[in-house]
Amino acid sequence: MNDATMNNALMSNVKTTTKADVMTESKISAKNVQVFYGEKHAIKDVNIEIRPRSVTAFIGPSGCGKSTFLRCINRMNDTIDICRVEGDIAIDGENVYDPKVDPVQLRAKVGMVFQKPNPFPKTIYENVAYGPRIHGLARKKSEMDEIVATSLQKAGLWNEVKDRLDAPGTGLSGGQQQRLCIARAVAVSPEVILMDEPCSALDPIATAKVEELIHELRENYTIVIVTHSMQQAARVSQRTAMFHLGELVEEDDTDKMFTNPNDQRTQDYIMGRFG
Amino acid sequence: MTDATATLSNNNVRQVGGSLLVLDERTKKRNAAEARFRRMGQIAVMIGVLALIGLLASILSNGLSSFQQTYIAVDIHLDAAKLDKSGNRNPDEIAKVTTFGYMPLIQEAIKKKMAAEGISIDGLNAKAAAELISKEAPATLRNYVLSHIDAIGTTVPFKLLASGRIDGYYKGRVTMASAELDKNVSPEQLKLADELKQAGILTTAFNWDFFTAPDASDTRPEAAGLGVAILGSAYMMLIVLVLSLPIGVAASIYLEEFAPQNRLTDLIEVNIANLAAVPSIVFGILGLAVFINYAGLPQSAPIVGGLVLTLMTLPTIIIATRAALKAVPPSIRDAALGVGASKMQSIFHHVLPLAMPGILTGTIIGLAQALGETAPLLLIGMVAFVREYPAAPPEGFFDPASALPVQVYNWTQRGDPAFVERASGAIIVLLVFLVMMNLIAIILRRRFERRW
Ligand SMILES: Nc1ncnc2c1ncn2[C@@H]1O[C@H](COP(=O)(O)OP(=O)(O)O)[C@@H](O)[C@H]1O
Ligand SMILES: [Mg+2]
Repeated sequence: MNDATMNNALMSNVKTTTKADVMTESKISAKNVQVFYGEKHAIKDVNIEIRPRSVTAFIGPSGCGKSTFLRCINRMNDTIDICRVEGDIAIDGENVYDPKVDPVQLRAKVGMVFQKPNPFPKTIYENVAYGPRIHGLARKKSEMDEIVATSLQKAGLWNEVKDRLDAPGTGLSGGQQQRLCIARAVAVSPEVILMDEPCSALDPIATAKVEELIHELRENYTIVIVTHSMQQAARVSQRTAMFHLGELVEEDDTDKMFTNPNDQRTQDYIMGRFG
Repeated sequence: MTDATATLSNNNVRQVGGSLLVLDERTKKRNAAEARFRRMGQIAVMIGVLALIGLLASILSNGLSSFQQTYIAVDIHLDAAKLDKSGNRNPDEIAKVTTFGYMPLIQEAIKKKMAAEGISIDGLNAKAAAELISKEAPATLRNYVLSHIDAIGTTVPFKLLASGRIDGYYKGRVTMASAELDKNVSPEQLKLADELKQAGILTTAFNWDFFTAPDASDTRPEAAGLGVAILGSAYMMLIVLVLSLPIGVAASIYLEEFAPQNRLTDLIEVNIANLAAVPSIVFGILGLAVFINYAGLPQSAPIVGGLVLTLMTLPTIIIATRAALKAVPPSIRDAALGVGASKMQSIFHHVLPLAMPGILTGTIIGLAQALGETAPLLLIGMVAFVREYPAAPPEGFFDPASALPVQVYNWTQRGDPAFVERASGAIIVLLVFLVMMNLIAIILRRRFERRW
């Protein structure tokens, strides 16, 4: 009882200071976000500011709502019939849940990489070219070739696939497929890239490559990554947000979170005491 | 109590620490059960295979002979005095000569042929000799004359159909003994047929007419063909394909991808599943009530048959298409939406191509079902005796026509045993079409699946 009150006090403290710090330079800002799956209250009053050109990691025990909150940012939850979102999520100050916003346009700006690599069952070239094509980003074949090449380069895949662009994307190894998916997301020139446990299906070497890639992408993109691996969060992110039972427990610089968290629950989680 | 446990453990429980080389009771029992099950499965498969072989053998042995037909080659003098009495070659007047007017020409020709070959059979008059030739022949001659007015007065070689009994003689259906009792054929006629065969006048050839000729009346099975039935079935399949594929796929996509989950869509879903199980004759009654009695469409027309079969096929296609759409991994949809494709783009660019093999298979299975469907067609009058070919589509959709399975049914109802052969032949044709459709399904599936 006592503990809880103390935690709450600490939490509100954290929130206010964080907000004050980054108000001016936040890329994504969520206010009073609530998410319901039918009756189930999956996200409870989450407020968070995400900084541009940095990596923010979402951690927390399984089922705490990390994916749910991530999918709110590019409105992927719209595809789930029973899902209802309340509150505001603004990107560069524009509320993505404004009725005037078309989620299709939003998703070109906020790309997504999924847990399981999911390349289209088409050629490597087609996988990358699909996004630019439907958004009309290239007028000529040569322009498209250029986009495909730079996207694959940015995803660190170019050298491995440049000789077989017309081979099926599904024929690549798991790690290569995931980097192909990152290239596909990058190809439409997004500003934000959301990654939902992008390495959970990969072996350690492929994971290291993707982490390295995230490190490079940070210079140009705002990246939000969900991870169940504390080490990964520590390695790739500058900021970390801890979720628990649909609440945002705390959000802070990654260094501080892992050395000196404010909240007992964060400490427990990091120490491996639950989740 | 302890005793019971002891025996139990002896018989049923694996001996802990027993030798690997000695099978314990339990393992032996399990192996025996497996062997028994395997044998039962083999027997079941064998029964199925035997039934299939028996079925095919009976159909083939009865029906293959319908692809052969006996013909008699005669030179017919198209006597101007009989066909064009006034002599001015007026088509209208020539058309007034009925098929009866052509009978004497055939009699004359046979008589001449027999004389030329030196064939004579005791107790066989000229009229009886001419009966070797099908009753269809005068009509064949008449049609020829009406389209070749110039030929009147000349002698033209014809290969005319032999009568059903003579044809049956060479297919083993008719024997000298049976001819004694048969008022339609006499042993003398069979003898003449043998002589003619010896002289190379009576021959057996591939029966192309079976695929092209229209149906014929009860008394001339030798002339009956599947032409109108094949056309009618083809027209109906065309209608079914053109209507049910787009409607079925559109309905499935809407239900599967767009429709909200509520009571109404649940109800629709249940009803589609139920419709697939509705006996086909019910669709026939519906077709009769709605398309013919209410909408006033003509009876026996492929359009009505096509519409009824479309209604029947739709549930099959919708169920297959929805299953195919459901089987496309959701991650593909996510991937497309994730790069900013609209829902429609994600469906048409990614989901539909992946679902295509399933959709096509479902469609072709639905079409194959429709092709073999008989009951609803009987109700909408497609069982009528139709000798006129329907016109080319789209007008032909409204002309009377028959359909393959109905033609089979129809022929099995006829009295002359020669129609048994025709019906079996028609079944073979139907089966060949079905096999072809299934092959197309397999090829299309391979084609689409080869793209990994
Ligand atoms: N499509 C859905 N329908 C209903 N409930 C869902 C759905 N997706 C997630 N949930 C529920 O929402 C909660 C949060 O899930 P999720 O965001 O996937 O958690 P995490 O990614 O942190 O493991 C869980 O309790 C889960 O059961
Ligand atoms: Mg998750």
